Amino acid sequence: MSRSISAAIAAGLAVALAGGIALAQQQPGREALYRPFEAPQGERTRGDVAWPAPREIALPPAIPGIGRAATSQEIAGWDIAVRGDGHNLPPGSGTAQQGEELYVQHCAACHGDFGEGLERWPALMGGRGSLRGPEVRRTVGSYWQHAPAVFDYIRRAMPYPAPQSLSNDEYYAITAYVLYLNELIPEDAEMNRETLQRVEMPNRDGFMFEARPDTPDEACMANCRQGRPVTMTGDSRRFVEPGSGSGFSEPQ
Amino acid sequence: MTTPDMTASRRRLLVAAGAGAALGATLRGTGVARAAGNPDNLPPNLPEWSRTLGPGVIEEAYGTRSRHETAARRYVPWLTQDRQSSVSFTPLAEMHGIVTPSGLHFERHHGGVPDVDPADYRLMIHGMVERPLVFTLEDLKRLPSVSRIHFIECPANGGMEWRGAQMSGVQYTHGMLSCSEWTGVPLKVLLSATGLRPGASWVLAEGGDASHLARSIPLRKLLDDAFIAFGQNGEAVRPQQGYPARLVLPGYEGNMWIKWIRRLEVGDRPWFTRWETRTYADLMPDGLSRQFTFVNEVNSCITYPCPEKPLRERPGFVEISGLAWSGAGRITRVDVSVDGGDTWRTAELQGPVLPQAVTRFRIPWEWQEGRQAFLQSRAMDEAGRVQPTLDVLRRVRGVESIYHKNAIHTWLVDRDGTVANVQID
Repeated sequence: MSRSISAAIAAGLAVALAGGIALAQQQPGREALYRPFEAPQGERTRGDVAWPAPREIALPPAIPGIGRAATSQEIAGWDIAVRGDGHNLPPGSGTAQQGEELYVQHCAACHGDFGEGLERWPALMGGRGSLRGPEVRRTVGSYWQHAPAVFDYIRRAMPYPAPQSLSNDEYYAITAYVLYLNELIPEDAEMNRETLQRVEMPNRDGFMFEARPDTPDEACMANCRQGRPVTMTGDSRRFVEPGSGSGFSEPQ
Repeated sequence: MTTPDMTASRRRLLVAAGAGAALGATLRGTGVARAAGNPDNLPPNLPEWSRTLGPGVIEEAYGTRSRHETAARRYVPWLTQDRQSSVSFTPLAEMHGIVTPSGLHFERHHGGVPDVDPADYRLMIHGMVERPLVFTLEDLKRLPSVSRIHFIECPANGGMEWRGAQMSGVQYTHGMLSCSEWTGVPLKVLLSATGLRPGASWVLAEGGDASHLARSIPLRKLLDDAFIAFGQNGEAVRPQQGYPARLVLPGYEGNMWIKWIRRLEVGDRPWFTRWETRTYADLMPDGLSRQFTFVNEVNSCITYPCPEKPLRERPGFVEISGLAWSGAGRITRVDVSVDGGDTWRTAELQGPVLPQAVTRFRIPWEWQEGRQAFLQSRAMDEAGRVQPTLDVLRRVRGVESIYHKNAIHTWLVDRDGTVANVQID
């Protein structure tokens, strides 16, 4: 850090303290509160490297005899989690061509034929370049960070009324079709445990670490508006009467 | 929340369309008519319930509230497409003290509520452990347990109002918040049984419902104060809150408190699940998203008066009362303003003030009919954090981050005593 920058920070700090502002970063323990982990190098989160273990781990003495060993067969049946970097992707494969019919059968009723999203169901495509507003659209193509997570989510939770009811080949094919709808892979590209993790998602570098605390710890007590009159910038009565009327206690 | 894809204009149109019907329901629900009562039951007469024997014991083997009570969870149809992946809100205006009745605890499900047979419940812990283990519910109950009062809050609480005030009352502006006594086994007890392999740093927690919701949690948090709860307010955890067992992560956003928890996988990095990328990441104005934003920061709201509890025809003494909470620890102070934030007075905190629990505050006030007032509360916590104004929050985070809106909230007490949800500058 250059001397001039240090001096500027010191001066800013002095001004802030003189003004009664306890700077957020000055409080002890806040790092552990907001970021209770050691992160790999860099400003963006990443899934392709291990994150360091906590320096000190203190476990109480183990209580023996309660709980039993999990068998490898039991673990295999439930261990469905696929990591962002593709770890634990299962054997199998599929293409968008194979996935189209499956998608129409299992997905299109909610997500639309082209992934545009019907009614209030989530859109799966579009929205590229929309993240800076004003009409933000978070889709697989515009927002999702890792392609393997698309497979993970579709397999663990879809089709919505019957999760985990399809084969891994079918899940690969549907995943390929959703990626194809977003123009991320060609229609005939085979998705498998090797190829899926190499698909480059447009927003893969769009996620950073927790940046709070990001507001000042100020608590003015008197003359805080300094003569500025109160102006209403929003009034719910434009849309609904005050009370419970925004919602219902019975299914509508 | 699945809401934010909708445009503001569409939301508002939908709200306006429903407002007429809802208004009728609201007026019927107020106590104004009932307050007049039946003169035959009033002094000097002997009321009817004093002149006959009532039902005896175990008329209800499992008791319910008085038939005259109507406090109810409510949902907002335009927020979600169906009720399986949806949310209902706690009626905060009806709450006394700090504990939420289990039957009024807010709900947020991603695949409906599973009907789990406790005899078939299993919790599996595996991955980077020395001994992968399976626990039954009975196993969990045999181990040393703790009971703690903690709030749980969806990070999208208040998220419908980043752009403006549009909800009718405190049930919808702050009602994705509840507070219960939770009982269960600390994670450090369970992880000492499995042991940890070198390099372990994160743990995936996964639900056994249809959504199999899964979140990556730093190992350090799990070893600090997390537990697997089977008890809620003295009885079994309710199905809507994860029966028979859920994860409790004091101070952390609600979706991480995995319900119907079936699996913990120990690893050496986060998994980057759908609920850590598509949702529950906070999008900033520069197009980048903050990820792994766990703590629900210091927050508060006034629950009396509020839009559901107006002051109409009740001038004079008012005890302003409300709730404050912080994921960082104990509430240390709550200030209240009745002039839109120009002057503040410090409210009384009702004990016990517990860490990561809802704290009730109270302060006396005199409302004069015909006078407008802008009521606000501002909470502080033991980490030294102060609840920010909405203006400050918007300047830092824009209006598209959905989550973690903990801004100072404003109620307008209008000249006639109506209380309305507004935003001010």
